[in-house]
Amino acid sequence: MGKGLKVALIGNPNTGKSTLFNDLTGLNQRTGNFAGVTVEKKTGIISYPDQTEIELIDLPGIYSLYPRSSDEIIAFRVLCDPDNSDFPDAVIVIADASNLKRNLLLFTQVADLKMPVILVLNMIDVADRNGLKIDAAGLSNALNVPVIAVNARDKKGIAELKELLRGAQALKPANDTIDVTALAPSLIAGIQEGLGIKNGYKALQLAHQHEQYQNLPPEENELIESLEHTHSFASQRVQTVETLDRYKFINTLIADHVSQEVTLEKTSVTTRIDKVLTHKFFGLFLFLFILFGVFQSIFSLAKYPMIFIGECFVWLQEYLRGVLPAGQLTSLLIDGVLSGLSGVMVFLPQIIILFAFIAILEDTGYMARVSFMMDKVMRKVGLNGRSVVPLMSSVACAVPAIMSTRTIENWKDRLITIMVTPLMSCSARLPVYTLLISLVVPDYNVFGLFNLKGLTLLAMYLVGFIAAMLAALVMKKVVGKKTKTYFIMELPIYRMPKWSHVVLSLIDKSKAFIVNAGQIIIAVSVILWVLSSYGPPGRFSIIEKKYQDQTLLHQYSPSHILSLEKSEKLENSYAGILGHVIEPVIKPLGYDWKIGIALITSFAAREVFIGTMATLYSVDNPEGNIASVQQKMKQARSPITGKPVFSLAVAFSLMIFYAFAMQCSSTLAVVYRETKSWKWPVIQFLYMTGMAYISSLIVFQLLK
Amino acid sequence: MNLSQLELGQYAIIQDFTDVDMSVKLMEMGCLPGETVQLVKIAPFGDPISISVAGYELSLRRKEASTVLVKNLQWVKV
Repeated sequence: MGKGLKVALIGNPNTGKSTLFNDLTGLNQRTGNFAGVTVEKKTGIISYPDQTEIELIDLPGIYSLYPRSSDEIIAFRVLCDPDNSDFPDAVIVIADASNLKRNLLLFTQVADLKMPVILVLNMIDVADRNGLKIDAAGLSNALNVPVIAVNARDKKGIAELKELLRGAQALKPANDTIDVTALAPSLIAGIQEGLGIKNGYKALQLAHQHEQYQNLPPEENELIESLEHTHSFASQRVQTVETLDRYKFINTLIADHVSQEVTLEKTSVTTRIDKVLTHKFFGLFLFLFILFGVFQSIFSLAKYPMIFIGECFVWLQEYLRGVLPAGQLTSLLIDGVLSGLSGVMVFLPQIIILFAFIAILEDTGYMARVSFMMDKVMRKVGLNGRSVVPLMSSVACAVPAIMSTRTIENWKDRLITIMVTPLMSCSARLPVYTLLISLVVPDYNVFGLFNLKGLTLLAMYLVGFIAAMLAALVMKKVVGKKTKTYFIMELPIYRMPKWSHVVLSLIDKSKAFIVNAGQIIIAVSVILWVLSSYGPPGRFSIIEKKYQDQTLLHQYSPSHILSLEKSEKLENSYAGILGHVIEPVIKPLGYDWKIGIALITSFAAREVFIGTMATLYSVDNPEGNIASVQQKMKQARSPITGKPVFSLAVAFSLMIFYAFAMQCSSTLAVVYRETKSWKWPVIQFLYMTGMAYISSLIVFQLLK
Repeated sequence: MNLSQLELGQYAIIQDFTDVDMSVKLMEMGCLPGETVQLVKIAPFGDPISISVAGYELSLRRKEASTVLVKNLQWVKV
């Protein structure tokens, strides 16, 4: 078939928009970005038994066509630009039937754009329970628009909606809602004439939004500017009048077609739940308790799948090493690509578990309460209530966490959140901490209850959190707080989480993580593989010759010779040379050139530290059998002093370095994408790594 | 008086706004002159607050609420 029908889905947040989207498209959906911007775009295919297919585009949840956050501009861009690749043939406006008044505002705006539109009244069950009787046929007549009552949660009315969509592009435009031209008669006429736009409301919208609307040629932009000037157009005042007009229209509409049964006002379930969940003491206590529970389960539940995934990759690498011919290509595949990939995949269990919790907490409506409760504290350090979700997410991984800052409306708040989020201890730091702690912290029970190792680990998480808060505070002072910040947010009613929705959002987030972090980590792993497998010409052949000496076999086992050769090669590779080059710089922190190599290779991902350590310290293992990294590092002695390399001071200095330093190339790439400039990732890299250097220096010099 | 001065449970009617920028956003969210609102929640640290308006609950900061002029209605304990 030819070009299929394209339908856009639009509506207020918390109206069950995603649920309706899932109902209509099933699993047949994918995520991408809207053209030219990093706003996530979800599209799905509605399929019919007769092979007809309709493309459904999910637009971000908005209260009005006038945008507040970077996400929201996209709705206007898609709906007003026929040249946009996502420009729809028809629009579904979904409205919460139990809260019709506010929801209809957006509908009247879309209707005035005169596109084919269908009004879907969702949550008709809640409206029913509240004693609201909505005359859908009457509404439909008054608006000249099909109106369908559905219940997205139990799929009531979905089949009917699907049938209606087949002929959606042939729908007549809706009746006028308000007299748009009266809002700014001469300006609207001027823009219509100058730009050749038929629709008056679109002309008015362009007057309001032309600065954010990218696709306007400069001369048209100038024309609008000059028209605004001649007609002294006051954008906000006109918006106020428009909104008042629209509500007047809506009030009449509701008076005519919605009746409210008189019900005894009783406290709703939500109010009763909130009495506890947002209570002065219990509310905060419960939030801490939930946080603790979530993190506890991340570690306990994710442990085994993580080990399993890690072992699968080891097995696969061993297997491929056995069947593939030895050579550079095989080594690139196994030591470069596969080891990079395993570094990404191993964190998937933690990420899935954390995001499952967050999805459930968001779906029930609890996350909005968390933002509500924490806003004041967060504001003190230059963040806002909505920064809580990104900060929580970054305990798993900063990449999806930074993407989730898009809901923060204020640019400065969002920027500060992005800048400090990577300081939270992500899961890639965990193996580094555990290894170093196991080396130097004794197994000792404090008060016979808490294990000292566990307490140290907890302290490292706290260090990350406190550093993030302090960094935010400093940035708030630097960036300044002149701009007004909004925190106007709906507190939705509590609902049971919709499991299919939770699962779909998990698939989404995991995919985004694998693609975003995966690409970078693999690329960096390949570069590091090159740096560590090649050296200046001549050096490697000398080493190879040295280890071909048969007399060595009398002293060492073959496998030990191999590992000696490997580590000597690493020392002489470009990475090894780099390690030697930076040694003078990192010496004050207590690190030798071997740790220097590990610091460099950690730029692929922090946990690469362990693999590098394993290779580098194989020398010191006298028996030549495969010892654990931990044993190898414990036995490591400084060739000059003969003392252990990993003293308490070095281990803590390293942990602090890993806590603060920006060593994650995927995060930097995501920050670049989200801020659309190299300025912020560069600043982030410098301030974090600088902070790491100074703090580690202090720690080492104090503990030495 | 303004919206931020209400006490928990108190009802009021919105009269006017003192900040144009704020009023545009608030009106879109259903806070219109003549609308009845009730203060239903105060966050644990005293700010933001949450009001019931147009059939749903809206949270906003005290500073934002102070741009909404209201007429106090009556005292109802929640």
